[in-house]
Amino acid sequence: MSEHKTTEMLQEEAAKLFAEIEAKKSAGTKLTPKDRTAIPVQEMPSQEPTVRAHNMSEVALGYTETQARVEAERCIQCGAAPCKKGCPVGVPIPEFIKHIQDGDFKGAVDTIKQTNLLPAICGRVCPQEKQCQSFCTVGKMLKTTEKAVAIGRLERFVADWERANDKITVPTPAAETGKKVAVIGSGPAGLTVAADIRRAGHSVTVFEAFQKTGGVMVYGIPEFRLPKAIVAKEVENLKKMGVEFKTSFLVGRTATLDQLLTEGGYDAAFIGTGAGLPKFMHIEGENLIGVFSANEYLTRSNLMKAYDREHAATPLYDAKKVAVFGGGNVAMDGARTALRLGAEKVYCVYRRTRAEMPARIEEVAHAFEEGVDFHFLENPTRFIGDEKGKLIGVELLTYELGEPDESGRRKPVAVPGTEHVLDIDAAVIALGNDSNPLMAQTTEGLNVTKWGNIIVDENQKTSIPRVWAGGDIVLGAATVILAMGEGRRAAASMNEYLAGK
Amino acid sequence: MHKILEKRQLSYDKERDQSVYYFKVEAPEIARNRKAGQFIIFQIDEDYGERIPLTIADANPEEGWIAIVFQTVGATTRSFSQKFNVGDNIPVLVGPLGKPTHIEKKDGLVVCVGGGIGIAPLHPIVEANHRIGNKVVTIIGARTKELLFFEDEMRKASDELIVVTDDGSYGRKAVVTAPLTEICEKEKVSEIVSIGPAIMMKFCVAAARPFNVPITTSLNTIMIDGTGMCGCCRVSVGGKTKFVCVDGPEFNGYEVDFDNMMQRMTAFKDKEREADHKCRIGLDAGKAGA
Ligand SMILES: Cc1cc2nc3c(=O)[nH]c(=O)nc-3n(C[C@H](O)[C@H](O)[C@H](O)COP(=O)(O)OP(=O)(O)OC[C@H]3O[C@@H](n4cnc5c(N)ncnc54)[C@H](O)[C@@H]3O)c2cc1C
Ligand SMILES: Cc1cc2nc3c(=O)[nH]c(=O)nc-3n(C[C@H](O)[C@H](O)[C@H](O)COP(=O)(O)OP(=O)(O)OC[C@H]3O[C@@H](n4cnc5c(N)ncnc54)[C@H](O)[C@@H]3O)c2cc1C
Ligand code: SF4
Ligand code: FES
Repeated sequence: MSEHKTTEMLQEEAAKLFAEIEAKKSAGTKLTPKDRTAIPVQEMPSQEPTVRAHNMSEVALGYTETQARVEAERCIQCGAAPCKKGCPVGVPIPEFIKHIQDGDFKGAVDTIKQTNLLPAICGRVCPQEKQCQSFCTVGKMLKTTEKAVAIGRLERFVADWERANDKITVPTPAAETGKKVAVIGSGPAGLTVAADIRRAGHSVTVFEAFQKTGGVMVYGIPEFRLPKAIVAKEVENLKKMGVEFKTSFLVGRTATLDQLLTEGGYDAAFIGTGAGLPKFMHIEGENLIGVFSANEYLTRSNLMKAYDREHAATPLYDAKKVAVFGGGNVAMDGARTALRLGAEKVYCVYRRTRAEMPARIEEVAHAFEEGVDFHFLENPTRFIGDEKGKLIGVELLTYELGEPDESGRRKPVAVPGTEHVLDIDAAVIALGNDSNPLMAQTTEGLNVTKWGNIIVDENQKTSIPRVWAGGDIVLGAATVILAMGEGRRAAASMNEYLAGK
Repeated sequence: MHKILEKRQLSYDKERDQSVYYFKVEAPEIARNRKAGQFIIFQIDEDYGERIPLTIADANPEEGWIAIVFQTVGATTRSFSQKFNVGDNIPVLVGPLGKPTHIEKKDGLVVCVGGGIGIAPLHPIVEANHRIGNKVVTIIGARTKELLFFEDEMRKASDELIVVTDDGSYGRKAVVTAPLTEICEKEKVSEIVSIGPAIMMKFCVAAARPFNVPITTSLNTIMIDGTGMCGCCRVSVGGKTKFVCVDGPEFNGYEVDFDNMMQRMTAFKDKEREADHKCRIGLDAGKAGA
């Protein structure tokens, strides 16, 4: 592993490069594509791994202004802009990067916001290496996605710059139409719908089961990866636009969707309730004390702030050796949270290899740096408890990669007779989520798939009149940006419907 | 906002220094939709509070309130009882949660058994059965006389009320399973509903088994969200993992793995004891350091 560079070191390097670029520019020479691709990728400043593994503060610190200016110069404005096609919401990427090259950060962030309402969040959590950056011409020229223009970091930089400098412009809604819309769930899908519909002058109420708004962005993704203040700021902006939030309101129970649409007087509704039903493995010992779903583990820490032992009333389970099962973002968050909660040893057990891990590569790299001990090609067969029903170990089976399966990934196959026991005192199961069945159970006529995902048409319309849906409840556990994309599509269709009413 | 409209102490257990409180709380939306068997979750602090589930013991949709009855077993319930008074607002309150009790007309007797704090959640079920014309015999029990409450309310809603105490300080000296077995021997019982400590429910199931009477038990596992998202309330029912907050709280008693449930409920015991201790000596765990 390369040595950790401090922000100061990175800034110094960037300053040197920037001076050279400026000198060239002021001499009237234009940077050639070759000059641009010769500029090294600007590394993301981060907290020192041994320090950050014990605090909850954000790991990635964000580019300095100079770094952003240098990184932006790496974009050759290639014309075809394949990056844009790799973005689920079609952010005008070369255009916003051009603004950064010109030093116009406000122009850059406004350009992004034409299609992406949450750049500070997406810049942090999008899997850019699978989206925009995987298509980037610069990356192709240099033969690795790792050397693509760091679009996500630039996006984050301008969004943070805007927030830090109090330059956020809250859109003024169109004249009141007198129409009312109910948005169920305050995750990225719901927040996006709320913004787009409110902008068109309709009144919007967001119903949220928890006392805090933001969905998985507040209770799932940890503070060290996505500071809660950023999510809170987005909600605050929506409130400034006149969006109303009703928290601690579980639609289906506090009031049914049908009640909202009839007695409540809402003209239309959007369901963005997410994929909140934790998957378990259904193996022996799964109900032992010390076995947690990642949702429970992360909610205790994030939403209930249990990591703040001095103030929080919600207890944490003391564990010295924690094993996390899975290879996605949820697993990385679980493992890295365990370190921060004081575990001495944290294992991550995944049945394939590092190459197949679905997590963002930056998170995997960070987990390695922080000392998470990865057990690849292993899968649990049973949990072992003591006489009091407390977890003391897990039996694992070794796997090897066989033929590719339908997803194209090589399928892991068990090697018989390789059972072995790992001593642990807590297990965090991070195999993802299925759909929460509550809305379907309490809403007559709402069609869902056999996995419980709500069925929608190309405009996100459900089987019920006046009701749209989007995000994880439609897609199954997906991503923030896809949830947002669905929200935008739904809002457009809802606005059209409301205008014609 | 959820304003406290009425606060009463129903009983006091000197031996354990625990009380039972009745709170009437403004909650028009919850009152309107709630049914017998459902519960709420509340927090006494929006940022740092623990999420505590309590059954809705009573409600009035016209007047827009619900009532909760709870025992001060730990740090949160204790500071709730001490710091919150009539006129104060409960910062977080969500409900009604869980599936309502399935109440239908029965040919035979419905026996409702409530132990300790379980008497509170049993009350709406007794009432609902009574309302649709079922013949209801209610058994309520506690360790000692001071811990009993809702005697009048229960008597009003039941065809017969049997009161027992472990120490014989009031009513009959017995545990609840004794009269339960006697009734099952004598009469045609269509259903038993048992709510109380896990161990009591486990024994009620054992008492019912020889008579093959259906028995419903209401589980009180540890919870966080109460919406099916975290899985911490899971129990094994009929060999399958179920979530008490959305699949329950009521389950067929014959299928519940009470031993595993009781073990799981001790998961944070040491921690809770620590917090409760701090609370009792005046360092409120919920708001310390303020
Ligand atoms: C630990 C973790 C890490 C992740 N990391 C990443 C990442 O790095 N990058 C990425 O792109 N994605 C990541 N994801 C996935 C991403 O968070 C989700 O795809 C996204 O949040 C889905 O958005 P949504 O709006 O559909 O639903 P959610 O964010 O799930 O929000 C749904 C909201 O609806 C509320 N709700 C549910 N039912 C009701 C009801 N009946 N009434 C009222 N409210 C209700 C819920 O409380 C919740 O607040 C991660 C997910 C997890 C769990
Ligand atoms: C669906 C449901 C309905 C409930 N209804 C009621 C009700 O109507 N009235 C009422 O008084 N209680 C009820 N409970 C139990 C109540 O939620 C707990 O007593 C409460 O969470 C304890 O919180 P605490 O912070 O004060 O105590 P803690 O500090 O959390 O716990 C103190 C002690 O109590 C034990 N304990 C923790 N949780 C429970 C529990 N769920 N049941 C029993 N012991 C526990 C702990 O092991 C510890 O020893 C209900 C629980 C559920 C799940
Ligand atoms: S593909 Fe790469 S080089 Fe081309 S416009 Fe997009 S970011 Fe710039
Ligand atoms: S309390 Fe979280 S799933 Fe039941």
